[in-house]
Amino acid sequence: MNKIIIESLSLQYSDGTESLRDVSLDIRQNAVTVLFGPAGGGKSTLLRCLNRLNDLTEVKSSAGRILIDGENILDPQIDVIALRRKVGMVFARPVPLPMSIRENIIYGLELAGEKRRAKLDEAVERSLKLAALWDEVKDRLDAPAIALSGGQQQRVCLARVLALQPEIILLDEPTSGLDPISTGKVEAALQELKKDYTIVLVPHSVQQAGRTADYAAFFLQGELVEYGEGKSIFTAPKEKKTEDYITGRFG
Amino acid sequence: MKRLLTLNRHLTERIGFTAITLLAMVTVLPIVGTIIYILIQGAPAISLEFLTGFPRNGMREGGIFPAIIGTLYLALGTSIFSVPLGIAAAIYLSEYASDTPLTRTIRIAIINLAGIPSVVYGLFGLGLFVLFLNFGTSILAASLTLSIMTLPVIISTAEEALRAVPQSFRTVSISLGATRWQTIRRIVLKEALPGILTGVILGLERAVGETAPILFTGAAFFLPKLPGSPFDATMALPYHLFVISTQVPEMPIQIQYGTALVLLAFVLTMNLIATVIRSRARARRQW
Repeated sequence: MNKIIIESLSLQYSDGTESLRDVSLDIRQNAVTVLFGPAGGGKSTLLRCLNRLNDLTEVKSSAGRILIDGENILDPQIDVIALRRKVGMVFARPVPLPMSIRENIIYGLELAGEKRRAKLDEAVERSLKLAALWDEVKDRLDAPAIALSGGQQQRVCLARVLALQPEIILLDEPTSGLDPISTGKVEAALQELKKDYTIVLVPHSVQQAGRTADYAAFFLQGELVEYGEGKSIFTAPKEKKTEDYITGRFG
Repeated sequence: MKRLLTLNRHLTERIGFTAITLLAMVTVLPIVGTIIYILIQGAPAISLEFLTGFPRNGMREGGIFPAIIGTLYLALGTSIFSVPLGIAAAIYLSEYASDTPLTRTIRIAIINLAGIPSVVYGLFGLGLFVLFLNFGTSILAASLTLSIMTLPVIISTAEEALRAVPQSFRTVSISLGATRWQTIRRIVLKEALPGILTGVILGLERAVGETAPILFTGAAFFLPKLPGSPFDATMALPYHLFVISTQVPEMPIQIQYGTALVLLAFVLTMNLIATVIRSRARARRQW
């Protein structure tokens, strides 16, 4: 089933950097969809459209629609706060907020008005377990999140998103700063999470794209070149450009 | 020949460093000298009576209690007006304003505000607060005048403190469903608070030490009792120092230096508090 339907999305930033040109894409529910390609191709831009984080950036022009569960989220009238609770995001660099692990996890919930201690505690345990971090931090939840290792910090960031019980999780090169073991843990967590969530991932390498993708979309200079099942794209790409990129002829 | 050159180079470096070190030490001399001199001259005057008594015998005897209290009132009054306004302006400039002609104008205004001589503020305060708004020569008028003078310091240090908070905190907070204001209140302000406090203290410190702005707006030559309301005039340390140094004949010198010492202690204590806040925050900072 399609969770997100992107229809002829075009976007250009005011400073003339990265942009999207007429991108149409259907993103499946309960699957990992990978957006990959060389830098500046529009992957992150697309990701930041899906939770309207682009509202923070000056956009020169944009056109097209993005439907999530049938609702056009680019409509200025929609409740952006509710959208961001439903569509969570993990960034390339782990950014723990300057507070304890526990406070990081419940930050979004508290903003949403949840005050009951029991509910918050339950959310902390549940989301840390989902992010495969619970066993490592359960005895020091009140320690500053910054004191954790990079890989642990990134899983705090993932857990922080999961605490809000979103439906879609966006990940923008979430493992770019991590060692292979931490990367493996995050990737394993994603495979577990896709049973309940729709996941859109910008991987930090073609290899990671290949490992994780149920579906994959190849972006080049703002355009969607090819989109299909991960298996077929990485073994038998239809487009010459995709093949050249995957095999390392450019990039 | 080669060895000689190397030796020479070492020698040049030595001389250079020594010169620089000496010059750096010269900059410390005036401040240390002033403090020591005032301490030696003024310390004999300090007594319980000096700190808690009223001036007697045409201010040639007794204490400076009303001036101390007056300065405290002025500091309090100034902070009531300038702190909320200054922080609000800084939040606007750092968090909400984009680069438009309007905000550029505001910025230029703030920079220029900082450059206006303090006596001009005094005259402006006289015109606006004392006469036009009819507050009279009063703590209120003086506090408002000092507030205007203090604002640029508070605004620019607070803005700097706010901007120092990493942008990524804001992005993350927004992505977790926070509004801009929630982000500012729960993350940005909290992290910038030590820097803002430092700016506030430095601004107030300047206000506390000024004579010219309160000269026409709120300072009294001599008052037999403490001010009872914001609409009363008040004695204040810097103006009192000016008065006893220039306006009273046969003034005992240690009273002058005693007053200067108290004023200096006031200002240096505030400086110390600001430094402690800053270094503590730096040690605890999580970014």
